[in-house]
Amino acid sequence: MGLALMFVIWLITLVSTYFFVAKTWWLPAGASAAAAWIDGQFALTFIIMGIVFLAAQLGLGYIVWRYSEKPDSPPVSYSHGNTKMEVVWTVLTAILFIGLNLMGSRVWASQRFDPAEAGAVPVEVTGMQFAWYFRYPGPDGKYGTTSPKLMDPSAGGEAAVGLNTADPAAKDDVVTGTMYLPVNREIDISLRAVDVIHSFFVPSLRFKQDAVPGLNIHMHFKPTVIGEYEIACAELCGLGHYKMHGMVHVVSQEDFDKWLAAREAEKQ
Amino acid sequence: MATPATIHSHAPQGFIRKYIFSLDHKVIGIQYFFLALTAVFVGMFLSLLMRIHMIWPNAALPLVGEIKPETYLTLLTMHGTIMVFFVLTTAPQGGFGNYFLPIQIGAPDMAFPVLNMLSFWTTFVGFVVIIAAFFVTGGAPLHGWTGYPPLSAVQASGPGEGLGADLWITSIAIFCLASLMGALNFITTTLDLRAKGMTLMRMPLTVWSWFITAILGLLAFGVLLSAGILLLLDRNIGTSFYVPLIVMNGQVMQHKGGSPLLWQHLFWFFGHPEVYIAILPGMGVASQILSTFSRKPIFGYKAMVYAMLSIGFFGFMVWGHHMFMSGMSPYSAFAFSILTMCIGVPSAIKTFNWLGTMWKGHIRFQSPMLYAIGFVSLFVSGGLSGPFLAQPVLDIQLHDTYFVVGHFHLIMGVAAIFGIFAATQYWFPKMFGRMMNETWARIHFFITLAGTYAIFMPMHYLGMAGQTRRYSQFTEVAYQSKLIPLQTFMTYAAIITIAAQFIFLVNLFWSMFKGPKASDNPWEATTLEWTTTTPPPHDNFGGRTPVVHHGPYEYGVPGAPKDYVMQNDPATIATH
Repeated sequence: MGLALMFVIWLITLVSTYFFVAKTWWLPAGASAAAAWIDGQFALTFIIMGIVFLAAQLGLGYIVWRYSEKPDSPPVSYSHGNTKMEVVWTVLTAILFIGLNLMGSRVWASQRFDPAEAGAVPVEVTGMQFAWYFRYPGPDGKYGTTSPKLMDPSAGGEAAVGLNTADPAAKDDVVTGTMYLPVNREIDISLRAVDVIHSFFVPSLRFKQDAVPGLNIHMHFKPTVIGEYEIACAELCGLGHYKMHGMVHVVSQEDFDKWLAAREAEKQ
Repeated sequence: MATPATIHSHAPQGFIRKYIFSLDHKVIGIQYFFLALTAVFVGMFLSLLMRIHMIWPNAALPLVGEIKPETYLTLLTMHGTIMVFFVLTTAPQGGFGNYFLPIQIGAPDMAFPVLNMLSFWTTFVGFVVIIAAFFVTGGAPLHGWTGYPPLSAVQASGPGEGLGADLWITSIAIFCLASLMGALNFITTTLDLRAKGMTLMRMPLTVWSWFITAILGLLAFGVLLSAGILLLLDRNIGTSFYVPLIVMNGQVMQHKGGSPLLWQHLFWFFGHPEVYIAILPGMGVASQILSTFSRKPIFGYKAMVYAMLSIGFFGFMVWGHHMFMSGMSPYSAFAFSILTMCIGVPSAIKTFNWLGTMWKGHIRFQSPMLYAIGFVSLFVSGGLSGPFLAQPVLDIQLHDTYFVVGHFHLIMGVAAIFGIFAATQYWFPKMFGRMMNETWARIHFFITLAGTYAIFMPMHYLGMAGQTRRYSQFTEVAYQSKLIPLQTFMTYAAIITIAAQFIFLVNLFWSMFKGPKASDNPWEATTLEWTTTTPPPHDNFGGRTPVVHHGPYEYGVPGAPKDYVMQNDPATIATH
């Protein structure tokens, strides 16, 4: 029985580890400035936890096989433990866990405590059941006001976010259902939700933040690779949660300017 | 050790007083156990429907018909709620705790038998209320077991958010009341009714785990109860505790100024300790069984006690790690993150000590031991994904993905369930007077161990690849549809594992009536429940009052006539 159990525990452990190490399924390729940091911290955590996982599970399997009761087993050591060992592994674990944590905090801090770089591209992201809208403030650099009373999700576009078209600052605001971003520019995001909580998640950009009704959350990030990336809502928001999907197009600065100009032209 | 049962206190006569509205903690424990058993099969059936729907979203199922996306969300909401409250909180604490805490400390019953009965029947009402949510107009709610407002607070937010959601939160509130009663009883009993010689540091680790769990329950359920009442008020009389000004389907709702994050703080202030409420009794049982079946004292008894105490203590200071992506102040995320890493330390101590207990032992592979070893393996696997999620920077990628689902299912779900399996196999002889079938228990153990790993380990891969949780199907997002083959594998694993649970169920009922008669101490264990008859008499010790002379895990004592010394053994043998 001890042998069978060791075999099963070892098999489970090695198969699980194989798929991690072979990266059969892994983080999608990162496409933002923070990705390298996040992935590095992930890899470090992964290596440390992987070693502990292997040691603990293989050790467990070995112990149950090695110390199965046999007629000729030597008497057990009558021991209630070993204080020195307890202290050693407590201190080691504490240093390991807390040290790991402190190392990873830098990226988190830089994204949240530092303001966006000067000249960052402002985009407002609005989540509602079950769509994302993106608003660009236009040449004046100012968002027009919005009003809950004007919101009409069924109409889509400007009406969905409740843009107050009487406001002069709103005249040049562009509202779209697809997000366009210039590559290698810092993006200054304002995140809002009109009905329930949503979460703006772009796996490839290593970006996630809940959009909470009543809050306007500011975040910033920098896409670094031209391409199309999927947005998946990551906070349960109702029956259409699974299809609350969107696209981010990261394009060159010229393409971005052209695209924005075309939207402005459409609007006039 | 059999002592003739001379019953001093009057055992109740008549079926109703004896088995229905019983004041006997043993009967109440069995009632809790069967309530949890019913609930776990309901919850498991819901998960089966979920797994099938994810892979074949348009399949017409017998009896159930086609599952719509909103129905999928009601399934996951009810699965989570039923499992967390009516299984993981009910079976280990209400069931085994109720039955064995008084016996293990040498008490004739709980401190407040009437309160104990009330606590069970209140839990029962809570269960009836939550099941009723399936049958009302609009059906059960779809807001997930965490019930984040505004989704859970506004009727217009989706189907099931009408009466179904009211019943859901009412059921939870009722459950909170019942748990508060139970917690008071457990704490008082442990502090006041210990037999002579049963010092705190001679209590079995199971008693420590139930005691600490009760303290956690007392502090946590009160908060959830209040939070739930506020949610009911928001839903029904137009208050705005949790709901700011929102627009739902183009309509401006009649709410203003509330904070959705307030609910998250209150909910997780309960919700994180709840994780430990579910797992601590499993830790206690695993410690008890690993020592008994390794024929060795538990390694580091005091360290185990302090570890559980610090897990309980830190457990109340880490709730914010569920909210790193919520818009909460990023400064507090630092604090919550460091404290969460701290809680990993006592968990690691426990694992070291379990391995240390088995090291150089004489391991006997009877079924309770198998499940206890499974518990350790699952606890390690589920625990080690914790330090990923505790780091806000990694949570950016992993929060609300399947990585989280895999993490908490392994540790809070399956590890805790293995604790329940271990406890069932271990105490079944004492509770029902018969032994369970070992062969079928082994078959069930191996299928369930491999099966749960096959279901929950791939969730970590899915989460890394960015698969978001609570999606009723994966066809709408291109990168997620590529992961469907892995989901399909998990569904097949789930079907096999769920089927295997009927082995356990049949073994349980068959053994209850047909199993071989159990002796008073079939496992050669040392704690007080094994000093009394099987099953124990109404007052637990047949008029005797046990006197305790030894610690709980005296195995392999040099110079003792047998390889174990029972806690009430008056012989003067040098034990620590």
